[in-house]
Amino acid sequence: MPRLFFLNFPARALLLSLGLALALATLPTDRGLAQADPSPARESLAGVSQSGESQVAGSPFGEPQEPPTADLAAGTDLSAPVLASLQSSKVGDRDAAIQELGLDFSPLSSQILAGLLQGRLHLDRASGAFYLEEEGGFRLLWPETGPSTPENPRKVAVNNRQRETLEGLLNSRALRDPDLERRRRAAAALIGATKVDLALIQNLLTQEADERTRDSLRVIVALGALRDSGSPLSAKLAALQDLEGLYAPAAQADLKLLAQGQEPQLAQAASRVLRRLEARAQHLALVETFFFGLSLGSVLVLIAIGLAITFGVMGVINMAHGEMAMLGAYTVWALQTLWPQSPGLALLLALPTAFVVAGLVGGAIELTVIRPLYQRPLETLLATFGLSLILQQAARKGISSMNVPVTTPGFMSGQWLISSNFSLSQGRVIIILFCLLVFAVVYLIMRKTRLGLEIRAVTQNRAMARALGVPSSRVDTLTFALGSGVAGISGVALSQLTNVGPNLGQDYIVDSFMVVVFGGVGNLWGTLVGGLIIGLANKFLEPLNGAMLAKITIMVGLILFIQRHPRGLFPQRGRVASF
Amino acid sequence: MAVFDRGLKIFSLVLALGVGTIIFGCLGFERPLFSTLTVGLLGKYLCYAVLALSIDLVWGYMGILSLGHGAFFALGGYAFGMYLMRQIGAQGVYGDAILPDFMVFIGWDRLPWYWQGSEYFIVALLLVIVAPGGLALVFGWTAFRSRVSGVYFSIMSQALTYALLLAFYLNSLGFGGNNGFTDFKSILGLDIHSPSMIVSLFGASALLLWLAALAARVLVTSRLGLVMMAIRDNEERVRFAGYKVENVKVAIFAFSAILAGLGGALYVPQAGIINPSLFAPIFSIEMVVCVALGGRGTLYGAIIGAFVVNYAKSRLSTAVPDLWPFLLGALFVLVTVFGREGAMGFGRQIGRQIGRWLGGPKLKAPEEERA
Amino acid sequence: MIFSLGKKAILAGALALIMLTGGALAQAQDTIKVGILHSLSGTMAISETTLKDSILMLIDEQNKKGGLLGKKLEAVVVDPASDWPMFAEKARDLLTRDKVAVVFGCWTSVSRKSVLPVFEEFNGLLFYPVQYEGQESSKNVIYTGAAPNQQAIPAVDYLLGEGVKRFVLVGTDYVFPRTANKIVEAYLLKKGVAQADIVTYYTPFSHSDWQSIVADIKRIGGTGLKTAVISTINGDANVPFYKELAAQNISASNIPVMAFSVGEEELSGVDAKPLVGHLAAWNYFQSVDNPANAEFIKQWKAYIKDDKRVTNDPMEASYIGFNLWVKAVEKAKTTDVDAVLKAIVGLSTPNLTGGVAKVLPNHHLTKPVLIGEIEDDGQFQVVWETEGEVEGDAWSDYLPESADLISDWTDPINCGNYNQKTKTCLGAEKSPEK
Repeated sequence: MPRLFFLNFPARALLLSLGLALALATLPTDRGLAQADPSPARESLAGVSQSGESQVAGSPFGEPQEPPTADLAAGTDLSAPVLASLQSSKVGDRDAAIQELGLDFSPLSSQILAGLLQGRLHLDRASGAFYLEEEGGFRLLWPETGPSTPENPRKVAVNNRQRETLEGLLNSRALRDPDLERRRRAAAALIGATKVDLALIQNLLTQEADERTRDSLRVIVALGALRDSGSPLSAKLAALQDLEGLYAPAAQADLKLLAQGQEPQLAQAASRVLRRLEARAQHLALVETFFFGLSLGSVLVLIAIGLAITFGVMGVINMAHGEMAMLGAYTVWALQTLWPQSPGLALLLALPTAFVVAGLVGGAIELTVIRPLYQRPLETLLATFGLSLILQQAARKGISSMNVPVTTPGFMSGQWLISSNFSLSQGRVIIILFCLLVFAVVYLIMRKTRLGLEIRAVTQNRAMARALGVPSSRVDTLTFALGSGVAGISGVALSQLTNVGPNLGQDYIVDSFMVVVFGGVGNLWGTLVGGLIIGLANKFLEPLNGAMLAKITIMVGLILFIQRHPRGLFPQRGRVASF
Repeated sequence: MAVFDRGLKIFSLVLALGVGTIIFGCLGFERPLFSTLTVGLLGKYLCYAVLALSIDLVWGYMGILSLGHGAFFALGGYAFGMYLMRQIGAQGVYGDAILPDFMVFIGWDRLPWYWQGSEYFIVALLLVIVAPGGLALVFGWTAFRSRVSGVYFSIMSQALTYALLLAFYLNSLGFGGNNGFTDFKSILGLDIHSPSMIVSLFGASALLLWLAALAARVLVTSRLGLVMMAIRDNEERVRFAGYKVENVKVAIFAFSAILAGLGGALYVPQAGIINPSLFAPIFSIEMVVCVALGGRGTLYGAIIGAFVVNYAKSRLSTAVPDLWPFLLGALFVLVTVFGREGAMGFGRQIGRQIGRWLGGPKLKAPEEERA
Repeated sequence: MIFSLGKKAILAGALALIMLTGGALAQAQDTIKVGILHSLSGTMAISETTLKDSILMLIDEQNKKGGLLGKKLEAVVVDPASDWPMFAEKARDLLTRDKVAVVFGCWTSVSRKSVLPVFEEFNGLLFYPVQYEGQESSKNVIYTGAAPNQQAIPAVDYLLGEGVKRFVLVGTDYVFPRTANKIVEAYLLKKGVAQADIVTYYTPFSHSDWQSIVADIKRIGGTGLKTAVISTINGDANVPFYKELAAQNISASNIPVMAFSVGEEELSGVDAKPLVGHLAAWNYFQSVDNPANAEFIKQWKAYIKDDKRVTNDPMEASYIGFNLWVKAVEKAKTTDVDAVLKAIVGLSTPNLTGGVAKVLPNHHLTKPVLIGEIEDDGQFQVVWETEGEVEGDAWSDYLPESADLISDWTDPINCGNYNQKTKTCLGAEKSPEK
């Protein structure tokens, strides 16, 4: 692999645009707000219920700083009738109980509301006591005299409408939270809520010091003014004035109505705000699309790296490559089944395990099936195709013909706020970084280790390498095992994004071959750049004419490109390339 | 080499005997000896065999492994399917005399331009040849001219069929999307389900296979055939010798695609349905495996391979539904790893052995030398 | 060389002939054969294997009760391997070689379309257990799954009732989503939803990268109008879709997703926690509290020897179909297809949700419609259901091309696509009944 360090044009262009995008994304935007960000209430707890690597369990909302009126915070004991109606099997009764609880600002009610929302509140029918499900057991909430462990706890069910109410209540509460981040998220989430206590918000606005939180609250107030048919024209105009400086997509529907409305002054102002809003949304969508492209590209690169080794370097057309990724994904499932209480740890442990498992299987395949076929690269295709059938059916029979559940741990879910109005999903960011890491490691192995040197020697000139004492057959086995192991690792990443089942490998095999061929067989940089370009192109085409046509366009484009540049983006030089 | 060597003679004999028996068995008796089911099934295998033969022509004799030959088969099928759809006429569920049901279904009120004329049998036949042949011409021309070869060509052909797969899934393309074409009623106004039609289709498929084998045989024994094999064995040397390698490749590739398309056209009325799954890369790979199993570069091997694999698939999927993917997979692995020459090679070995026992003249070992 | 080559060819030919003719050994005729035509390998195995097992269980049960008409039932299981022409081939096999009395099978719409001509040609009887796009009614098929009006329309009503003003229709690009969305759209427009507030996306099969579409949904949902997603996404593509929803932090209380093809079985392959609150519309949920259902679940778990297995809507449809067939055979006192078809119209059998499934003249059933919210254990909490059962409508009333069509397989109409306006049976130029 000559000149790997030399970046030629596509690579440079890519790096440049990467930098550009990052700059764009982190640009300090003019004062704006997070898009109506759903339910921080739920999200902050998702970590608790899903990963089990929780911070301290308990109410995440803390105690309210200052209850609005003293008489509502009468005591820590809730009136028994409210909780009794929460035990009722009728939805209406429970609705009413939630409303009642919303008026109570005691820590207990906060805990009950949060527990309801997260589905952690349990009721012991026999004793009528409420419990909060926590790691390793149940904690008694009410009454204090209840048995410390429930006999037959059953979850108190809530439906979507109740969840919406609960989120509203809890977010309103969180506006008084001492934690700044929580206040910000709660305020942003309340923009989308249907029922808000405007008086309360206006009251809070006078006390709130944080700019971002204030902005969200101002949007809520402005929206309230716009929606209120009773408010005077001047108030509405002022509200529009206010909205103009803020980025509030949630106002779009109302603005559209106003812009088409009868009042010319209002219509004019509204359409001005609307235009600004739309321009800004477009700009953000562009940055977002760029990120999506990178993220899709990194998935493609991850799957293709292993193939770049087995196919690109060794020349083996490994149709069972996808099944190696499948093995990796099943490893995650197996480990998570072993340690159901810590899915995050299991995921991390799955990385080395998947590498070893897939690597071993790959090594075995090389020894038994590939070895007799080195002089006939096209026929490796047929044999490995047979293997892929066998491996798939083995998964179907040995594990299940259905997909298996893989948990997304806390650190892979959730949003990563870059600026106030732009957030990326954490899992995707981690996968992009992980892809780069895997690439770097594979690259270093190929360039800096003895194995890498031997691999390159054997692929460039087998006879000469052997003459110099390189154990070529052992190197072949190790190379194939390495490629398969990397495929296994990519399977671990895939398990976080898609189905884990017998068909996993099939879905990616054509794509990964295209990436390797597009990048240039035998060139790792080519695989990286090729994968990212395909990902980006796909995501930029998708909004134009839909996911179906985008994919077809990419395929046709790739075919045409290879027709013009048969050796891909980074043609390999010398005689090595011909096989 | 003469065109009518013993291989072709024996093949013609076997085919004629088999087909004769079946046709006579079906039509000559009051109670047919063979059910229409069996005949239909065999007819389908014959079509697969044509496809396998066309793959063997480019792979076995010219060294071009196409992983997208299923696309040409499917295009031929769709071209003829268009005619079959138009033949349904007002018998469709919506009773529209012009538009096929699926068009009414997606709300179209007139035929798109590329469906014009599809009601004529001649046009359909022409399309069956032009569509796959044209695509192969364009694809082959661009690919071979820029010297896309070997593995690259295989992957490209796979991408081609994959792109077509995605395209034909589009409902808005006007080919019925995922459901494809089905519920055919008649060909040339004759009931498609009648026993005589089934037998005729079977006979036509057999005739096509025979003609294809004959044509292939003519081709490979001609001077052109020698050039083909020379390209397979050392492309550079042929080029240096002054041959236009690209032109030969494109021409043979297009010819092979037309054969595949004709096979597809006869396949559709016998299968009773065509949908994009024929474009799936896995179908093309399976057919390549058939060729490998039978022994590539032998023509008859491809035919035997197509019969054996598809028969096994059909039988085993009923007998041992859970196990058959294992068996099929193992078959692929074993054939490629151990049976380098496929079934034909195996047959030759046995033949040589028998020859030795009989003390007859020594048969020459096959002199193939491939990369 | 030539010698051996020919020898091999002859050998192969002879072998093939022997295998073909020898295969059809006659079997003893003291059983009633029941064909099961579900994919056990390939992409659809994931869903269909369960249905094969359910029918086997029901046959087992029936045999324990003493069989049918004094004979034992015998299952003939074949694997069409998710290959559509193979479906037709296997159907032909079942009907002509095995001479089965009835077939339970198919899942995808294309597989049903593929076998339809075969069943009509050989006058077979197919029970089709999956919700489908409608616009079809065959004399030889009993549709035990939902027609669009037994799933889509009530689901939309529910969402409208929840105050949803804007709809995003997301589906895989094939015939069921296309039709369902067309019907939904026509219905929404009729209900006064603006065309601009209905956005549609189609994706390829097994679509796995949902980032852009989910971001669009989020954007559409964030503009101040209550938004819901109606998903007709097919099988495989659902998990990445829901994972992406969770990754972009869209919760059910913000933008609920109403799915038409996500049930208990699909959810058993997913970590359901991020999905809590999203919706599905079916005619059956495992969580329905009913003695018959409890018994069925117990039976199923015992039969499959796995306490974690779930039941789902197509299983209930298979259960209903099987029971209806048994009843019809008992009524007709024969398994002859025409007699059974005559007997089956008007028959009813209890379903698993406490109501009855009655066979209508259009070969569809009456079914209750239930809306469920996903719970964190992958089960559904029923939040809404129709009063009583809804009658399945083969031809949608909301589409212009089928508004005048009805299906009635009883005398005197006896037609699957009868135009009420012109009083004609469309496609009636068909060759007369064999």
